[in-house]
Amino acid sequence: MKIRGVLLIATALIVAPFVVEATMGNAWVRLLDFALLYVMLALGLNIVVGFAGLLDLGYIAFYAVGAYFYALLASPHFGIHWPIWAILPLGALTAGVFGVLLGAPTLRLRGDYLAIVTLGFGEIIRIFINNLNAPFNLTNGPKGIANIDPGVVTGLPIPSTILYYYLFVVLVLLIVFIGLRLQNSRIGRAWVAIREDEMAAKACGIHTRNVKLAAFAMGASFGGVAGGLFASFQTFVSPESFGLMESVMVLCMVVLGGMGHIPGVILGAVMLTVLPEIFRQSAGPMQQAIFGTVVLDPEALRMLLFGVALIVVMRYRPAGLWPEQRHRREFVAP
Amino acid sequence: MSTLLETRNLSKRFGGVLALKDVSLTILQGEIYGLIGPNGAGKTTFFNVLTGLYPKDGGEVFFDDQPLRLTHPHEVALAGIARTFQNIRLFGQMTAMENVMVGRHARTQAGIMGAILRHRLQRAEEAAIRARAQELLEFVGIAAQANRLAHHLSYGDQRRLEIARALATDPKLLALDEPAAGMNESETRALADLIQQLRAGGVTVLLIEHDVKLVMGLCDRVAVLDYGGKIAEGAPTEVRHNPAVIEAYLGTA
Repeated sequence: MKIRGVLLIATALIVAPFVVEATMGNAWVRLLDFALLYVMLALGLNIVVGFAGLLDLGYIAFYAVGAYFYALLASPHFGIHWPIWAILPLGALTAGVFGVLLGAPTLRLRGDYLAIVTLGFGEIIRIFINNLNAPFNLTNGPKGIANIDPGVVTGLPIPSTILYYYLFVVLVLLIVFIGLRLQNSRIGRAWVAIREDEMAAKACGIHTRNVKLAAFAMGASFGGVAGGLFASFQTFVSPESFGLMESVMVLCMVVLGGMGHIPGVILGAVMLTVLPEIFRQSAGPMQQAIFGTVVLDPEALRMLLFGVALIVVMRYRPAGLWPEQRHRREFVAP
Repeated sequence: MSTLLETRNLSKRFGGVLALKDVSLTILQGEIYGLIGPNGAGKTTFFNVLTGLYPKDGGEVFFDDQPLRLTHPHEVALAGIARTFQNIRLFGQMTAMENVMVGRHARTQAGIMGAILRHRLQRAEEAAIRARAQELLEFVGIAAQANRLAHHLSYGDQRRLEIARALATDPKLLALDEPAAGMNESETRALADLIQQLRAGGVTVLLIEHDVKLVMGLCDRVAVLDYGGKIAEGAPTEVRHNPAVIEAYLGTA
């Protein structure tokens, strides 16, 4: 039974891009690729927010670090052209180091205060990237870095979006594997213990500083991998991809899906990437059909419905759409 | 009997209030030592300073013949002092089993790489953590609740779970902050039995308690705090008749 389930999921994952391409076109495969990038980001943030309970609003900074790390080492900007398999692990490491650097000053903070400070750090990274084109042109400023080397072989009969899809799926599976293993481990338990009661965790002999920094580093390294993939996929990076709204979006994915529950977080990330797009494409024609004209701008309507959806979910499913079984019990009256 | 814990002139100040005034105590290996005193006498402050949760303002602590730094709570736990809290502090969203497994943190090694790769040594350690946690749950008598969330347990079971979690750190000294608070008489009796068993197993117990009957029946020696200072120390019967103690509890005639 279990093997059959795994086979079914594996088959679905393998054929999905071809089916999507044949029925809906290449743009939707591209969207699928983006969904997978967000799954990685959400799983990384889930370690910090879901497991360790540290509300991080600047998470996208690590995505930016990973993306620029890739861009600098595989583009004409410095004339360096390293292969992707060499850059990604180093990018993960670099982002992890940034996670520790940005995490260290915030260790004594929690809740809202931590959120505000991490939000500030996230913005600082973005502003740095935006301005580091002088005196030494490191990031090329607001113009961004273009002509980044693609991460997959191009010029094959298979579209590159499908190749990226497989690359992303492999890395998502790796991240899920790591996440699941961490969850059921001594470190994973220590994270949850800190989330539940920091003082009691200390009294149990947990070195809370190191364990928190480990959470920041782990989460950031996932973000770094996703960032590197993003850069190779887009072949272009610029500071505006890493704004506060992106951090908020990833946090929404984690919260909406079910904090601390890996399948829930994946669901949240896929839904929040794919549904708005479906909506954007159908809202215009639908209004045309009903009213004979486009009454409301689909973009504005999209944000409106997004807000309504958030409120509805938080009202009726406060633990998220797919929370961990035992947490779900908490929210149901006995 | 040899000395396990010695505090010399331990002091703690909150602004202008001296919460602990030069408290010097000696706890012997294997005894049950009671710390009593009226409300606000500084008993819990003593615990919090001793376990590193509050920084001390003066004095020294020797544990197992070694000077004990009190700057980091986790170091105190590693040295072998475990505690429970007056207002129970469990990890509510974790199961009883997981709570005790967290207690094993101090005595185990596995890091991030170990967790991810999970090689043989790590698997053996994880199995040992689980086995020890199961053993402790059985010891305190709540093995049947192992898979329930901690905050779903009854009050008495939560107290027991907290003791199991503290024991999981392999303490030499177990500090219990009002373990009988809110318990009925039969629960209190069962708790007294449990504490006796702990001592029989080689753990030294430091007990803060309001239930005078429990303290008098259980403790080998008792210290009395009042306004942050130690006013008496000795066998329970001695202390009970000490005029300074009677004055602290009842006031002067």
